[in-house]
Amino acid sequence: MDLFEYQARDIFEKHGVPVLGGVVATTPEEARSGAEKLGGGTVVVKAQVKTGGRGKAGGVKLAHSPQEAESVARDILGMDIKGHTVHRVMIAQGASIAEEFYFSILLDRAHRSYLAMASVEGGVDIEQLAVERPDALAKVEVLPTEGINEAKAREIAAAAGFPEELTERVVDVFQRLWTVYREEDATLVEVNPLVLTSDGAVVALDGKVTLDENASFRHPDHEALADSEATDPLEAKAQENNLNYVKLDGQVGVIGNGAGLVMSTLDVVAYAGERHGGVKPANFLDIGGGASAAVMAAGLDVILGDPQVKSVFVNVFGGITACDEVANGIVKALEMLGDTATKPLVVRLDGNNVEQGRLILNQANHPLVTLAETMDGGADRAAELANV
Amino acid sequence: MAIFINEESRVIVQGMTGAEGQKHTTRMLASGTNIVGGVNPRKAGTSVSFPQGDATVEIPVFGTVAEAMAATSADVSVIFVPPAFTKAAVFEAIDAGMPLTVIITEGVPVADTAEFYTHAAQQGVRLIGPNCPGIISPGKSNVGIIPADITTQGKIGLVSKSGTLTYQMMYELRDFGFSTAIGIGGDPIIGTTHIDALAAFEADPHTEAIVMIGEIGGDAEERAAAFIQENVTKPVVGYVAGFTAPEGKTMGHAGAIVSGSSGTAAAKQEALEAAGVRVGKTPSETAALMREILSASS
Repeated sequence: MDLFEYQARDIFEKHGVPVLGGVVATTPEEARSGAEKLGGGTVVVKAQVKTGGRGKAGGVKLAHSPQEAESVARDILGMDIKGHTVHRVMIAQGASIAEEFYFSILLDRAHRSYLAMASVEGGVDIEQLAVERPDALAKVEVLPTEGINEAKAREIAAAAGFPEELTERVVDVFQRLWTVYREEDATLVEVNPLVLTSDGAVVALDGKVTLDENASFRHPDHEALADSEATDPLEAKAQENNLNYVKLDGQVGVIGNGAGLVMSTLDVVAYAGERHGGVKPANFLDIGGGASAAVMAAGLDVILGDPQVKSVFVNVFGGITACDEVANGIVKALEMLGDTATKPLVVRLDGNNVEQGRLILNQANHPLVTLAETMDGGADRAAELANV
Repeated sequence: MAIFINEESRVIVQGMTGAEGQKHTTRMLASGTNIVGGVNPRKAGTSVSFPQGDATVEIPVFGTVAEAMAATSADVSVIFVPPAFTKAAVFEAIDAGMPLTVIITEGVPVADTAEFYTHAAQQGVRLIGPNCPGIISPGKSNVGIIPADITTQGKIGLVSKSGTLTYQMMYELRDFGFSTAIGIGGDPIIGTTHIDALAAFEADPHTEAIVMIGEIGGDAEERAAAFIQENVTKPVVGYVAGFTAPEGKTMGHAGAIVSGSSGTAAAKQEALEAAGVRVGKTPSETAALMREILSASS
């Protein structure tokens, strides 16, 4: 889960990372009172969207008074930045910046470890810096079993070439940001820029934090950070039923078991669609290992609630799950859904107890259900049925 | 021969007394796995009955992995404990010196995996997973949740991030059969990678050809391609799932996300093909490529 800047700021503050005052606002009036709370001086009004380049898009503006903060917020709220609607702004205390640096901690998948990256040339596009001037970006491995202690923080500061007089200050900030990474179960903590203010403080001016959703069982407070506005209504409904669903733009609803097989099914449906008027898969839906009738019904319910869907392809490989259970699930799901189920279903079953599974569907003889022998054949039939 | 597990593997189950553990221990026993014990500190000294053929078999429960190893000479552990307890279970296995630990559990925090992987690497022991279906050397041993009856013993080695795609491919090529099929899991950090499995298949005299299944996200497939180019002489056929996946949407596996220009299926296919790997567009096309190779060589 990616956090908004203001959420990252709050988490930084909680762990003692130096940050400037910041208040989130969802209306121009709140922006005004936020600016007043920060002392009534110069503030920066920043669009809260989970994408880069908001400054260029006009989503970050200076305001010299609470009145100006209100009018600037009025302009920014509701803006569209790269497809993200601005629902909130952060009113941030103004600062006099002497220098800008960069610091991040992230997962290093290739080395199955963590990586700290730091540069004394912050405030720029770091991916561009990494390509154009790789020497300017220090990369230091951080062992997951050891983390960033004082010695490691000094190593990072030295590798990045921080001036000696700043070392003590940045070493302290690096260790605190490691605490954020570890204590909050983050997979990314990035500060860009990390600034030196003209009065000599090292401050995290803008932060990006990604939290590991697998760790939510030990962070009950993280649930409140979820961004409900960004969730598609069908995705929200699927989430309520603990279904792994991603809405896509297409006409063939897809249900399968196992993430890899479902991804593969999307591809096979898209290829089949090329032969049938360019129809595309409408969603990713993984019903997981135990495809009970209730899970199947919930899944079908979500998919049939998508007005774009014209046909549904159920692609199940019975590994642990027996195909007869899946077939019973489909039959019961159609009973439960009754008249609300109106779109044709193509079902491909293979693997464990496949004969019994196919027999059950044949005997039920539901008018909406067609059986397919293979994954390719099923995808083709479903694409054909969606091309109307 | 086979890789990582064979008919001599002696397997213990951490979490055997739980519902998932019992269900899958029954299945592993039925497919011929030599299960020698379970671990549960609260039930040490008891045993659990499992059906085996027409009879039943009593599997003893030990208080710790170390005790189980001392009593049974186990050399493989498979873990079925919930995510919150997985880190402790894996550390226990590593500290007992278990040479191979297979972690089936889904939903393990990546920080926990990073820690136990680092520890395992320092101790020189192998982990497979987490969030994986396990490993099967058909007819010899089956550790995890892969269904044994969908394929046969043979000469193909298979390595895949995905469980059900592994099953699909094992089933498509069931007439040729497999030396070993290994599901390495779709998490961002995993104990055994495509490269580890490719190296083992290359060294295994009974594996003649290799199927490698990847999916969007990360650059493991690209790194595997570079490894194949340098180190693998056996024919490799590849498949990558997720050509139609949009940017920024996580597809089921925590690691399966296209971010910007990296992690796309097209980039992975290109890298694999540049290394001489023939890549199928679909699972069935991939199986057909493998048939061609095996039919030509026999």
